[in-house]
Amino acid sequence: MADAVVRQPGVARPASARKRASLHNALRRKSTVAFLMTLPLILLITLLVVYPAFYSLHLATLNKSMQKFVGFGNFEFLFRRDTFWLVVKQSCIFAITAVVFKALIGFVVAHFVHNIPAKGQRKWRGMLLVPWVIPPAMSTLAWLWLFDPSYSAFNYTLAFFGIGPIPWTGDAAWARFAVILVNVWYGAPFFMIMYLAALKSVPDQLYEAAAIDGANWWQRIWYVTLPMMRNIIAITTLFSLIVTFANFDIVRILTAGGPLDHTHIFATWAFRVGIEGSDIPLGASVSLFMVPILAVAAIFILRDVNKRGNEA
Amino acid sequence: MSTMTIDKAGPRRNVKYGSMSRDRAWALRWSYFFLVLFAIFSLTPPLYMLITSLKSSAEISAATNPWWVFHPTLDNYAELLTSNQFLRFFWNSAWVSIIVVTLTMLISVPAAFALARMKFWGSATLATGVFLTYLVPDSLLFIPLFKMFALIGDWTGVQLINRWYVLLFIYPTLTVPFCTWIMIGYFASIPKELDEAAIIDGASWFQTLTRIFIPVALPGLIAATIFAFTVSWAQFLYPLVFTTSTDQLVLPVGIITTLIKGDVFNWGQIMTGALLGAAPPLIIYAFLMDYYIAGLTAGATKG
Repeated sequence: MADAVVRQPGVARPASARKRASLHNALRRKSTVAFLMTLPLILLITLLVVYPAFYSLHLATLNKSMQKFVGFGNFEFLFRRDTFWLVVKQSCIFAITAVVFKALIGFVVAHFVHNIPAKGQRKWRGMLLVPWVIPPAMSTLAWLWLFDPSYSAFNYTLAFFGIGPIPWTGDAAWARFAVILVNVWYGAPFFMIMYLAALKSVPDQLYEAAAIDGANWWQRIWYVTLPMMRNIIAITTLFSLIVTFANFDIVRILTAGGPLDHTHIFATWAFRVGIEGSDIPLGASVSLFMVPILAVAAIFILRDVNKRGNEA
Repeated sequence: MSTMTIDKAGPRRNVKYGSMSRDRAWALRWSYFFLVLFAIFSLTPPLYMLITSLKSSAEISAATNPWWVFHPTLDNYAELLTSNQFLRFFWNSAWVSIIVVTLTMLISVPAAFALARMKFWGSATLATGVFLTYLVPDSLLFIPLFKMFALIGDWTGVQLINRWYVLLFIYPTLTVPFCTWIMIGYFASIPKELDEAAIIDGASWFQTLTRIFIPVALPGLIAATIFAFTVSWAQFLYPLVFTTSTDQLVLPVGIITTLIKGDVFNWGQIMTGALLGAAPPLIIYAFLMDYYIAGLTAGATKG
């Protein structure tokens, strides 16, 4: 390899030349080059991801003015507040419901796209992925307008069926439904694309064999499709769980946590407390509560991704 | 990706198996029926943006049929595209995204090359670390990052908070890990013989990267570029936290903080702004859909 540097023994050289040569050699050495190439990446990750992560642990132990060390004071304060438990509950409901519906819709739609003749698939796939392409902040504004209480397009349409005006973002239950609906709308296309790619990779022979054995459509899905897609389903679901759990844009724009904190999730509440309420330590403590769930999901993703790598 | 036109049905036979083919025909009909439903669900918000953007405020407040434009007008577009403030948001967004994409590529391509090809002490750990970093969400880091940059301002006198260029330091934390990860995958799939031949011919590592790896892995590079661009263009939380003056805002935050004035929602303009803000990623997607999708699915494979 390139780091095999040929030395000629017995040739005496002046010290300065040797020094220059050794620097030159060092620069040619594989490990040095590799280190220099990864240095910006290492610096970026250390300074702007790892350091802030630990810094946020430190911040969480300070009082509001950040002058005094209070240990677990912020956490004790949070545990005593009802709003905090409301946020915990809502984050879990939000993330789990949204991910389940995204996964189900993605799975079903992927099958429909896979069912139709191959030449039309590109067009449908292109249309169905549009929600994922639009920046969520922009599309959530469109949803906010669709949900508008007085000029709402939804309520206008529902009025035709005699269904009274629905307070989409004004009532706690409807507001929760609305944020989950928007999240499902935004995230389902991602599942659809991933599942479609997985469906394409299932060998046809397996379905033929299943058909010969007299399997019905349900048995084909249960015994052929699902086992073959198991890994990709796991990765996609866990990945989406992280993203949904840490979601900010949709809830912030649609309801800003209201009515009466009934749609706040960790990220939006941390923003409300930490930035808008300028209690940075408390905000940092709130967002730290996301870490356990994210860490568990990340460990499982890593395991599955590695497994996937070994299959290939 | 575009060449996936292999007919999965296999060779067609003219023998009719009665119920079997009838079942297939019905399955197809149902598939189209549900696909149409889902397409309506997917496209309603963007279409509604378009419909509203063509209406005047008078027509919106008259509460006529919201799904139809009776007096189409381009006033909203004219007003926004001549408003200095809106153009400022647009340029801020464009500059931030373009510079971030460049930075991301400069950092992640050499790093991915080193991690994929030059095994060195700790390279496997670092690759795993890159993947884990990609899973760290923005909502976990915005508070410590905000405090960090505020402290840097206090200590050095270099004020970075409330300047659009602070985003140039922060966005790479979202784009670089993912781009490095998928580039490792693309680089690792290049046959070893190719770079060994180059090294034997006397190419340096740098030349191997620029002359062989980058041209061969170009589709991956395009996918990574698109990803970096869409992420920087769509980012909402960081600019909301770090910038507040109207001349420093990027598009998503600008639209939300300036077009919504108190309780008065000028929906015609908001929808126009949202549509213009969604346009660059949509245009890229329309032309480079296959690269976009390749990048999307590449994240779940091991590099």
